[in-house]
Amino acid sequence: MEIKILGPGCPRCHEVEKRTMNALAELNIAADVEKVSDIKKIMDYKIMGTPGLVVNGKVKSAGRIPSLEDIKRFIQEEV
Amino acid sequence: MSKEIKILLIIVAVFLAAYLIPFGRSGVQNALLEAFALLQEYARQHVLLCLIPAFFIAGAITVFIRQEAVVKYLGPKSNKPLAYGIASVSGTILAVCSCTVLPLFAGIYTRGAGIGPATAFLYSGPAINVLAIILTAKVLGLKIGLARALGAIAFSVVIGLLMQLLFGKKDARERNENDFASGAPSDLSRPLWKTGLYFAVMIGILVFMNWGKSDTTLGLWYSIYQAKWFVSAGLWVILMGMLLRWFRRDEIKEWVFSTWVFAKQIFPLLFAGVFVAGLLLGRPGHEALIPNAWIAKLVGGNSIWANLFASVSGALMYFATLTEVPILQGLLGSGMGQGPALALLLAGPALSLPSMIVIRRMMGTKKALVYITLVVVMSTVTGILFGWLF
Repeated sequence: MEIKILGPGCPRCHEVEKRTMNALAELNIAADVEKVSDIKKIMDYKIMGTPGLVVNGKVKSAGRIPSLEDIKRFIQEEV
Repeated sequence: MSKEIKILLIIVAVFLAAYLIPFGRSGVQNALLEAFALLQEYARQHVLLCLIPAFFIAGAITVFIRQEAVVKYLGPKSNKPLAYGIASVSGTILAVCSCTVLPLFAGIYTRGAGIGPATAFLYSGPAINVLAIILTAKVLGLKIGLARALGAIAFSVVIGLLMQLLFGKKDARERNENDFASGAPSDLSRPLWKTGLYFAVMIGILVFMNWGKSDTTLGLWYSIYQAKWFVSAGLWVILMGMLLRWFRRDEIKEWVFSTWVFAKQIFPLLFAGVFVAGLLLGRPGHEALIPNAWIAKLVGGNSIWANLFASVSGALMYFATLTEVPILQGLLGSGMGQGPALALLLAGPALSLPSMIVIRRMMGTKKALVYITLVVVMSTVTGILFGWLF
């Protein structure tokens, strides 16, 4: 499973990263988590706002900090 | 640069400062006192009743306003005139966190409604920052706060339209006609009117708690001033009721968390900005390191030169969120004119040397230069008008 967190490096993006790690730990699932900070690369995902969360290539959330429950749901949808 | 080297440099810098700064000189002592005095003034007068409610409002905006709904108006299939209107105002809603402005701009530019609305948003995002407008109105006065807000909105529309006029046709890049990817929508169990009322009450609380005394004891303004605590208390009760009945516990937790993220990020910067402003410029009516005479000479009055100088320096200087307010307070107190002050407010937050570099990377040198010139020129002109009218 591949997870990408899109954001130029502000605290909100860090929070998404933290919650994602927690979600993975709670679900006991392993995944490749990558933080994408380059604006050009972020634009490739066609999202309208950061932070963005992409799981296995699909945009699951954009422009807000999803809750831990939301993130767990996103991950389980892609298992 | 490795972490250890950074620590070493900080230690060396602090040591050199402690060694070399002439703390014995009365000018330096006075400046330090001014810095702390200004800090105290902010702590006592602006933090509890103005900043903290404003942070809660900003937190609420990020959590409760459907950004996807607003962003649809800025997509490729949008109604163009509407897109400009939305772009110019939505800076308040979409860009509460300053780091989202550039990615959003990139998105609107390449995949959205085009360079016009994108540039309108690029300007309005930092310029109509809701926290900044609130603090400007409170500290510098309602007149200049309102002028700043209206000016920013007007600017973004005008600048956007001009950019579209100049570059729209040449911009023949293939536009991806698909709407933006937004992922699964967040659960919205609340009708729009409830959200609207909730914000209205919070803004009401902010406004009434900060209602100032007027000069005369007659008239509506003064009557409201006399009743302000009753009205505020009443609004508080209504807000508590709303929170209990309309909001789930986890939503309130997210709101508080979002508010805390802002406070963590902005408070230290603001206090540092206040300290530096006090150190260099002193409180209104007092002098610190920079003599008032210099300020009056450079940006006093309402000449074209004063406004232009303010505009250009504002464009180049970097202002962390909200720090433009204490700096401007110091400048106005040291003799800056009202016109140049507005010019600085309109050009400052929207641009800075670092941001110009990034904008150039995204738009190309020619467009970036035109954009920057437009901002500076319009700020100067508006400053002159404001200074002349008031």
